[in-house]
Amino acid sequence: MITIRDVEHVAKLARLSLSDEEKQLYTEQLAKILGYFDELQKVDTTGVEPMAHALSLTSVVRDDLVVAPPGSSVVLACAPESENGYFKVPRIGE
Amino acid sequence: MNYEPVIGLEVHAQLKTKSKIFCSCPAGFGGNPNEHVCPVCIGMPGVLPVLNRRAVELAIRSGLALNCEIAEITKFDRKNYFYPDLPKGYQISQYDQPICRRGHLTIGGKEIRIHRAHLEEDAGKLVHAGAAGLHGSEYSLVDFNRSGVPLLEIVSEPDISSAEEARCYLMELRNILRYIDVCDGNLEEGSFRCDANVSVRPVGQKELGTKTEIKNMNSFRAVQRAIQSEIDRQVAALERGERIVQETRLWNEATGTTHPMRSKEEAHDYRYFPEPDLVPLVVEREWVNEVSAGLPELPEQRRTRYVEQHELSPEDACLLAESKELSDFFDRAMLAGAPAKAAANLLMGPTVWYLNENKIEFSQTHITPENMKDLIEALNAGTLSSSTAKQVLFELLKAPGDVQAIVKEKGLAQMSDEKGLTEVVSKVLTDNPAQVSDFRGGKTKVRQFFFGEVMKATRGTANPQMVNKILDELLTR
Repeated sequence: MITIRDVEHVAKLARLSLSDEEKQLYTEQLAKILGYFDELQKVDTTGVEPMAHALSLTSVVRDDLVVAPPGSSVVLACAPESENGYFKVPRIGE
Repeated sequence: MNYEPVIGLEVHAQLKTKSKIFCSCPAGFGGNPNEHVCPVCIGMPGVLPVLNRRAVELAIRSGLALNCEIAEITKFDRKNYFYPDLPKGYQISQYDQPICRRGHLTIGGKEIRIHRAHLEEDAGKLVHAGAAGLHGSEYSLVDFNRSGVPLLEIVSEPDISSAEEARCYLMELRNILRYIDVCDGNLEEGSFRCDANVSVRPVGQKELGTKTEIKNMNSFRAVQRAIQSEIDRQVAALERGERIVQETRLWNEATGTTHPMRSKEEAHDYRYFPEPDLVPLVVEREWVNEVSAGLPELPEQRRTRYVEQHELSPEDACLLAESKELSDFFDRAMLAGAPAKAAANLLMGPTVWYLNENKIEFSQTHITPENMKDLIEALNAGTLSSSTAKQVLFELLKAPGDVQAIVKEKGLAQMSDEKGLTEVVSKVLTDNPAQVSDFRGGKTKVRQFFFGEVMKATRGTANPQMVNKILDELLTR
């Protein structure tokens, strides 16, 4: 059973800050979702190959060819902040 | 109490592809910051990664060289964590279906098992502004050129039982990856990185002790020192009655110790799940067989061949096979008809010295297998002494040339003319009367001095046997 502590843990990992109301709400919603998986567990899957993907496609690959990238000025144009060709990010750490 | 270390190594080897693993940006080292990036490798929304076939092939090649089983079906998973060098908030890696499993390599007759090897993408590089490290910096700068470069993470079983053995394992692993040309194995530039899991336990105990993970080692020497320092630290702590804390520790080259990395209590909760943007990969057996057929001779096989076929000592075989370039050349010299032992000595001794001295690779030298054969012939015929042969060798390494021509041009031909040599020796004795009377007074060690003077006077070309003979004659007269 999912608890409010699980929600807090997952929120922390996802860097989300949640209000007490949201924690309560998500605990209930996640419990419902996980409950549905319990339901699914009851389906008889004898003889069904486990799958990691919904598509039946496999082995999509490309050749090892280089295509000229757009250049740093183009990619940095998307960044809120940059410096000397680098993306600039706020101080890391606690 | 006696303790024994238990060590497992995780190596990240950068695969030598032209383009990145999931996009077409160049994968090579270098480039100005963020010049080798595109929407895929900086994690823009809505992009689709497409797997580089060559990266898979190099992983298969590595797996086969490491005696691994190659998976029939393999898939990619997302490893979720937040760090600014990881643009998507997850790294595409492989979790429960790695491409390679259950291999081994052999060092000094001992088998070290390989648990698994899997493909993943590298992260970007961080530069911390305004400080030497993370601490104290006001902000950080990110270069994503490395983001998406293909890596093969090779995880050993905890079969390694000393710091020295860990270094040997790493050297052999790097050597294998270089032989098969999948990784250039540069620890300093980070194309071959190693983390170590270290624990100790009382000798005879079956359960493993609590392990720590050591990071930040960028040379073979650092790996050995870091592991030894961690073993010593753990043993000392246990003897004081303390408990080992499971943590990640960083090696500090300057202090020669490890220290705990900032706490990241939940960081190991990666919430892996299958990467929905990539479909599973079926690795056809035909493909595996094809890659297998294309594998070159591996270091272990080469060492055995050198001992059995060329009668080199196991130590020499080991030293020579350490460099693929050098031993490839040795093989070509053998085909040209050069004697094995002499060629091996010239390569491992003066050649390696010359390469180190000039900081160059063997591929940048000019010597041919025929040069090597001629050089050894001149040495055996007495035309060259070991010291003049070395001079000729350096000339041949420096620029294309011919042994006979260099000998003539530099006047290096060995002086075996008895009359001429007798004159030189006489002159040395006449010029040093004090030493001569010392010798006659019983200080026979002075003989070495005379020999050295004769060699100096002839720039190393005097035939040493003849010099000895003449010295004997003149001194005992």
